[in-house]
Amino acid sequence: MLKLSSSSGDFWKAFARNKGAVFGLVILAGILVLAAFASVLFPGDPWDMATAPFQPPLSEGSPLGSDMLGRDIAAGIAHGARVSLLIGLTSTAAALAIGVTLGALAGFHGGRVDDAIMRFTELFQTIPNFVLAVVLVAIFTPSLTTIVAAIAIVSWPPLARLARAEFMSLRTREFVQAAITTGQSNTTIILRQILPNSLSPIIVSASLMVATAILLESSLSFLGLGDPNAMSWGYMIGAARTVIRQAWWMSFFPGLAIVLTVLALNLVGEGLNDALNPKLARSRG
Amino acid sequence: MLGFAHLFASRLVKALAILIAIVVMNFFLVHAAPGDPAMVMAGEAGAADEKFVEQLRQQFGLDRPLHEQLATYVGKIAQGDLGFSYRQQRPVWDILAERLPATLILTLTAFLLALAAGVALGTLAAITVGTWADSAITVVALLAYATPIYWIGLMMSLLFSIQLGWLPAFGYETIGAGYTGLAHAADVAAHLILPVITLALFYMAGYARLTRASMLEVRGQDFVKTAKAKGLSQSHIVTRHVLRNAILPVITVAGIQAGQLVGGSILIETVFAWPGIGRLAFEAVLQRDYQVLLGIFLVTSVMVILFNILTDILYGLVDPRIQAAR
Repeated sequence: MLKLSSSSGDFWKAFARNKGAVFGLVILAGILVLAAFASVLFPGDPWDMATAPFQPPLSEGSPLGSDMLGRDIAAGIAHGARVSLLIGLTSTAAALAIGVTLGALAGFHGGRVDDAIMRFTELFQTIPNFVLAVVLVAIFTPSLTTIVAAIAIVSWPPLARLARAEFMSLRTREFVQAAITTGQSNTTIILRQILPNSLSPIIVSASLMVATAILLESSLSFLGLGDPNAMSWGYMIGAARTVIRQAWWMSFFPGLAIVLTVLALNLVGEGLNDALNPKLARSRG
Repeated sequence: MLGFAHLFASRLVKALAILIAIVVMNFFLVHAAPGDPAMVMAGEAGAADEKFVEQLRQQFGLDRPLHEQLATYVGKIAQGDLGFSYRQQRPVWDILAERLPATLILTLTAFLLALAAGVALGTLAAITVGTWADSAITVVALLAYATPIYWIGLMMSLLFSIQLGWLPAFGYETIGAGYTGLAHAADVAAHLILPVITLALFYMAGYARLTRASMLEVRGQDFVKTAKAKGLSQSHIVTRHVLRNAILPVITVAGIQAGQLVGGSILIETVFAWPGIGRLAFEAVLQRDYQVLLGIFLVTSVMVILFNILTDILYGLVDPRIQAAR
């Protein structure tokens, strides 16, 4: 699949050369474990009162303290990891579906189709995307589905531009011309010939987009636009905002969780970039 | 000069097309929302009184075909009528106009600060490439890129206002102080510092990384070698030759990101109780005041278009070739 590196061994060697990327991968693995074992480590509902309210960190039974309703901060972070990762991944997948489809059509067909799609893309790039996300989630009432849809709707344009550029340059290459001459259908050419060859830059952008999506989700739930049934990091910070004078830990630790997750994803994305686009990596810096 | 006028005119046409598209989008959002459009416009279902909802139905001709309704809606917006907020009992435009100056001050200052500081730091990193200063700037940029801005805002106010007491934690001015003239301006400026720095930090990080990469690329080009061979001083080469070319992609990206900056003001104004459009958006979300929310969507889009025109002008100032070419 990944033609730029001849084998997976080369890929790992290139990836491991970037120390930041390895560091990011380790953090990310930790967060994945935390999310996977959230209900084993912290059994029970994270919304339930677990201890006395306003317990500072390192107090009995709540290592990271409790919030103003006595909910355990550590449990909230572990369960929130699930929501963040779930929304980050699914909304990126949805944005990929929209962006790559539009970009592929624009780049492959060119001409009027390209014009129309690029105008549409430009419109979505001009619109203040966070404002649109807020409007969408508010009007269609907050739930996991509306949040994922809203994030996907505001984040596909860069992917469309990227896919378009890749398709435009690959379309003129001999192997694609050969496929056209042998009478393969457009769909086959797009899916079988061009797409596999344009995957590596798209994978890199997608990995960075998961990070952006997590930030977007946390911002929405900070404003009170999270799914009311799902504990999330942004919600925890938003709810604790008014008592920050008395209880810094309630907003500090969930924020730290967001920073670590997003940082890890960004580092892994850069490592993927180095490993998948070796030419680019060498010419940098 | 003619080239510039032409560029400006084509920009305006494009801006108008985008605006119309957004108005149409607003219209369909109201209609796609769950429930009766009149109820959606009035606010949360059940909260509005029957008479007002009936009046809305009449006003927007909600019993007529969709395209007629669309025409009515676009016509109203074109006349500057952004609807009526049932919650606040005032026209939406009046509410927005009152909040607009505060947001303009905040976003414009943050935008210029992010550009200036980002380019300065990126240049510093590029000159000192490979040293501790370069690594420090890279690490800070990476961290700033990964941190939610509302959380940075909270932590900054925790440190600088609650712990150290240096700066006011929220608001636009000291309430009841009754400052006038210069003292008032200084008071507002003190309140502006934390929100502006918080909002600018994220973009500054991006511009610093971009400037660094772009400068390192330009540095190796032939005209720079020529400048060196001519015996020009290092600072002259960096500012006049390398930076002037390297800054162009930064300005382009800044224009594209203007929309995010304006969107970010919702979070910043919520954290710092800055009485602008963003804070209004938060209040509108809490009250489910959709008329106000859609008005904000339209007005912030106009702001983005204005920011884009501003970056075009900046681009033209830095690179005179653009004007000549068009």
